[in-house]
Amino acid sequence: MVIDFSSNLDYVRALLPEIILCVWGMVVLMAGVWRGESSEEGPRAEGLGWLALVGVAFAAVANGWLHGVREVGTDGMIAVDGFRLFSNWIFLTAALLGMLVSFAYVYRQRLQAGEYYALMLFSVAGMMFMAGARNLIVVFLGLEVMSIAVYALSAFNRRDRRSAEAGLKYFILGAFSTGFFLYGIALTYGATGSTHLPTIALAVSNGTAHGALLLFGVALMGVGFAFKVSAVPFHMWAPDVYEGAPSPVTAFMSAGVKAAAFAAFFRVFLVSFQGAYESWYGVMWWLSATTMVGANLIALVQTNVKRMLAYSSIAHGGYLLVAITAANQASAGAALFYLLVYTVMNISAFAVVIAVSNHGEERLEFEDYAGLGRNQPGLALLLTLFLLSLAGFPGTGGFMAKFQLLLGAMDAQLWVLSVILVLSTVVSYAYYLRLAWYTWMRDPADGGSPLPVYLPIGMRLALVVGAAVVIWLGLFPGSVLDLARASAAGLGVAGPMVEILH
Amino acid sequence: MSGAYAPLLMLFGLSVVNAIGMMVASHVLNPRRPTPEKEMPYESGMTPIGDTRVRFSVKFYMVAISFIVFDLETIYLVPWAVEMRRLGWGPFLAMVLFVAVLAVGLWYEWKKGGLEWD
Amino acid sequence: MITPALVLSAFLFVIGAFGVLVRRNAIIMFLCIELMLNAVNLTFVALSRVVGIEGQLFVFFVMTVAAAEAAVGLAIMISIFRHYETVNVDNFNLLKW
Repeated sequence: MVIDFSSNLDYVRALLPEIILCVWGMVVLMAGVWRGESSEEGPRAEGLGWLALVGVAFAAVANGWLHGVREVGTDGMIAVDGFRLFSNWIFLTAALLGMLVSFAYVYRQRLQAGEYYALMLFSVAGMMFMAGARNLIVVFLGLEVMSIAVYALSAFNRRDRRSAEAGLKYFILGAFSTGFFLYGIALTYGATGSTHLPTIALAVSNGTAHGALLLFGVALMGVGFAFKVSAVPFHMWAPDVYEGAPSPVTAFMSAGVKAAAFAAFFRVFLVSFQGAYESWYGVMWWLSATTMVGANLIALVQTNVKRMLAYSSIAHGGYLLVAITAANQASAGAALFYLLVYTVMNISAFAVVIAVSNHGEERLEFEDYAGLGRNQPGLALLLTLFLLSLAGFPGTGGFMAKFQLLLGAMDAQLWVLSVILVLSTVVSYAYYLRLAWYTWMRDPADGGSPLPVYLPIGMRLALVVGAAVVIWLGLFPGSVLDLARASAAGLGVAGPMVEILH
Repeated sequence: MSGAYAPLLMLFGLSVVNAIGMMVASHVLNPRRPTPEKEMPYESGMTPIGDTRVRFSVKFYMVAISFIVFDLETIYLVPWAVEMRRLGWGPFLAMVLFVAVLAVGLWYEWKKGGLEWD
Repeated sequence: MITPALVLSAFLFVIGAFGVLVRRNAIIMFLCIELMLNAVNLTFVALSRVVGIEGQLFVFFVMTVAAAEAAVGLAIMISIFRHYETVNVDNFNLLKW
């Protein structure tokens, strides 16, 4: 099947997953208010959640239908390459797992289900725009659609002041960084004469770009992206927002937003700024080093589980920044694989946290996990699996992903960064295993009343799927890894041919 | 280019000097002898009772935000309307879809009671 | 030829960024963010004089996005105000370290 962007109908076909998600978001929104104003959805919450999942399924079908498409003719603003399709799978997985774990929470906290699921669907559409963009306008629009929906989701629990505070902090800092990002786009546009990524790539590598404007443009865009992926000097928002936002939102946001930001990061920096690699390589090196070291060290002293997982997310962002610093084919493929594994294991870990916290915001300290091994051995086993995978224990998906990342880094001869990656992974074992130790080796303080843990069908499904994927990708990563590598190989092809250097 | 703006600059300078001059003059020249009765908030000669805080009603926010959103819809409709005939049916369909999306938003707001004033 | 416009917009951007970092009232911080976005709009329009029409096109999108962001942001601030009775960011310290 071919897609020629000069024909409008083909354009619509190329954008089908996003269109389905946007339309379905509106459908869910309307379904939520269908029978007049009802502020507490109650039993209808789960129905709206399953309706939203149907939309995600349709978008997945559309995404699968776009595989094997070839582009001919003129260049569009959207790429239909493997990179976009693989990233879409990551976002759809995040949406699926994020919605499955949210049913009981939305019901118990009496959140407005229609708006909640509509916002999630809109934010996934925004993520897809970011990953598939071939024009800086689309990157910006996707970034904003995703971010604004997630700002609203972070502040969604009206009865909890921590949620409001998290939403405000995320909003102010997010809007601030969007300002920097936009200024970077403006200066890049001025320097290279276009917002079309392949054209920018050509101008940068030919040297026809205006030097000073380009340098500032790259720097400011780097700042904007670094904020979104919570790299260390710009990470201050992440722990507060992750802790204050409703837990299912944190789960969805930690995986989806980070994956989308990295996808756009790869597209912009590896394709269009490849020619200026020597200028931004040093800054990325320092960003990844400080993120890995800083986040892992601060995570060691955390006592709140959500905050610990927030710092762990920041650290994983640091590992992925190594892939950006390496900027070669192997790293791009490894990063895609890593993002998929990270999405599954992080949301699954948060799923356990949601279950233990009784689908609310209780029992979030390390001490509250004492005795979980005795009372809920299955849940504790799953938690240990996900923590080991986050740490990178051999046999789990997390290890395979980090190993591939390491191979990519060594391919680009980033020896010091590889050593830092390995050392910080070793350090991270300490805080992951501390939580596991609490669940298995510690007894609850009051001497034995078992924690009531409610696992509805959606949560069970999410946990089982998460565990299965993590184990499968750890032991038999071949097919998915090859798909990731093939998807990354398509980066930069179509339009003026730009070879990925190194 | 800058020659035509010189009178404007003079006007600006004169207005600033005028305003600041009036404020400074009144601050310097007035006799200030405050007494507790003079400092109380004015309420038609009666003694004020209670706090002046009124519970914030969100209807003002709803009106403002609805205005902004639909004003931006207008911003997109007007340039399209100028070139409507020359552009043809494709952009017309695009604008119909755009207005439809915003109509969904309006319907949602209507159902939720955002358009209620009382 | 467009250098004065670029200098002015850089100046506005820096003032806006400085305002976000220094001010303590959440609404004023958001006002400064809007100032930053408008400085970028000015940059786009100035550059489009030299480069092409895309700059002015981008301004449309930036203005729309800024308005959407304003809607959501002010809603969040209303929510904050309902809980804290203030919008002074020094008082938001439930989540720290």
